[in-house]
Amino acid sequence: MARAAFVLVALLAVGAALGLVIKKNVIHGAMFLVVNMASIAALYYMLGAEFLAVAQIVVYAGAIMVLFIFAIMFLIPGKDETGPDPRRWQRALALPLGALLLILLLAVVAAVRGTGPPAAGPATSGALYRALLTDYLLPFELTSILLLAAIVGVMVLAKRRPG
Amino acid sequence: MIDLGISFARVAFIMMFILSLGGLLGWIERKQSAIMQDRIGANRASIFGIRAWGLFHPLADALKLLTKEDFRPVRADRFLFSLAPFLSVFFALVAFAAIPFGDVLRVGGREIPLQAVTLNVGILYVFAMLSVGVYGVMLAGWSSANNYALLGGQRAAALMISAEVAIGASIMGVVMVYGSLNLMDIVRGQGALLGGWIPEWGIVTQPLAFVLFLTAGIASTKRIPFDTPEGESEIIGYFIEYSGMKAGMFMMSDFLETVVIAGLTVSLFLGGWQVPYLAADGFHFPWGATWGLSHLVVTVLQIGAFSVKVMVLIFVLMLVRWTLPRFRYDQAMRLGWLGLFPLAILNIVITGLVLLLVRGRA
Repeated sequence: MARAAFVLVALLAVGAALGLVIKKNVIHGAMFLVVNMASIAALYYMLGAEFLAVAQIVVYAGAIMVLFIFAIMFLIPGKDETGPDPRRWQRALALPLGALLLILLLAVVAAVRGTGPPAAGPATSGALYRALLTDYLLPFELTSILLLAAIVGVMVLAKRRPG
Repeated sequence: MIDLGISFARVAFIMMFILSLGGLLGWIERKQSAIMQDRIGANRASIFGIRAWGLFHPLADALKLLTKEDFRPVRADRFLFSLAPFLSVFFALVAFAAIPFGDVLRVGGREIPLQAVTLNVGILYVFAMLSVGVYGVMLAGWSSANNYALLGGQRAAALMISAEVAIGASIMGVVMVYGSLNLMDIVRGQGALLGGWIPEWGIVTQPLAFVLFLTAGIASTKRIPFDTPEGESEIIGYFIEYSGMKAGMFMMSDFLETVVIAGLTVSLFLGGWQVPYLAADGFHFPWGATWGLSHLVVTVLQIGAFSVKVMVLIFVLMLVRWTLPRFRYDQAMRLGWLGLFPLAILNIVITGLVLLLVRGRA
């Protein structure tokens, strides 16, 4: 039962990712990305990480993708992207970089294979926050500084007057 | 097998609750506005001569919408144009799943939590479903191949984002007070008594958050005074190209979102299924008297209390909808970002300080 559900959701995630790459229509591609993120949230949920699953939906499938689609609708109101791709040369890089990513992912999977799920079982959200604010305080704060810098950068760029 | 049946019954109850209430809202909206404006209101639909104060109008509306021509503009995006209304209704419907409508029911050695899905992060789940619901509106605006609809979808998306930021920030105060993201735990926490007399409901412990959340919640339902995305007679909105039941579904999803916002407000601020002074074994009044009740009676009272609270809140939301004029688009944006959001952050800071002083720990 659990395995069947996993296969179903995993196929959905991979299919949606393929759709994102293949589709010429930008909005359709963005919607495929939303489906991909939602199915990854479902995978998190099946692993017992409820908080991560919902956060994935709120932050990625919700806020970020809504902004993406918002921007696409304003900038490319037509159905298809028009004109030749100005960065065709980047396509040549896609294959080696993609292969590198695949090798890295396989290495990670090979490293953690056989260790099984964590013995503590599904972590409650309380334990997660405690870990974030004690054991992982430094990376947590560094991330917030990074986000703050990004926000300030956006403000500066948005306020800059041309000329 | 029995477990599966129980799960099904839990989901079915919530579905029936929210769907029937959503359908009834069409009638309440007409009748309440009529009473408020000293009119009679819709009262002509009848079955075998029985008019029942116009109660059959929602049925007649649904029949009319279902039999109307389903028109699609030639240049519209076939798939997304049809998908959009379903997305809108779907996310409004599933949002209610984590809202508890009663305490744990004990039948034949089984403990059944009275909510459709038991989630540790229930409040975030409802929030997530409300925020994902905006896709239906945005896609409707885009796929219609109509610039007015596109702009309406953009307005809806901008409004939703600014409302959600305020909703998320105002929820945090409640989460801090009751120490959980699980809606069931939050409702249970509201059963305690302050000074032995006042129920510790969210509206008592978090009055500012209540006002902020309700305001942002009304904004997220896209109804007056926040109906800038689509204003029936004046503003061309995101579902201008829709006809028949698909247009009806967009109107329906606004009603369903009203029910969800009412249910969430009740669970967070008005004690959810709590009845004042009612414990698991009956009433314990602050003046010392007790009145023992059986488990079944207590459960029925709790479900009844939740339903009544939701309906009262819907009544209040309708009052607001028929009383206030519309915010201009920039005013709604300003209210969200410069009014509600900073106040919600202030509320978090104050709540943290008070908790530190009262409980003596962070």
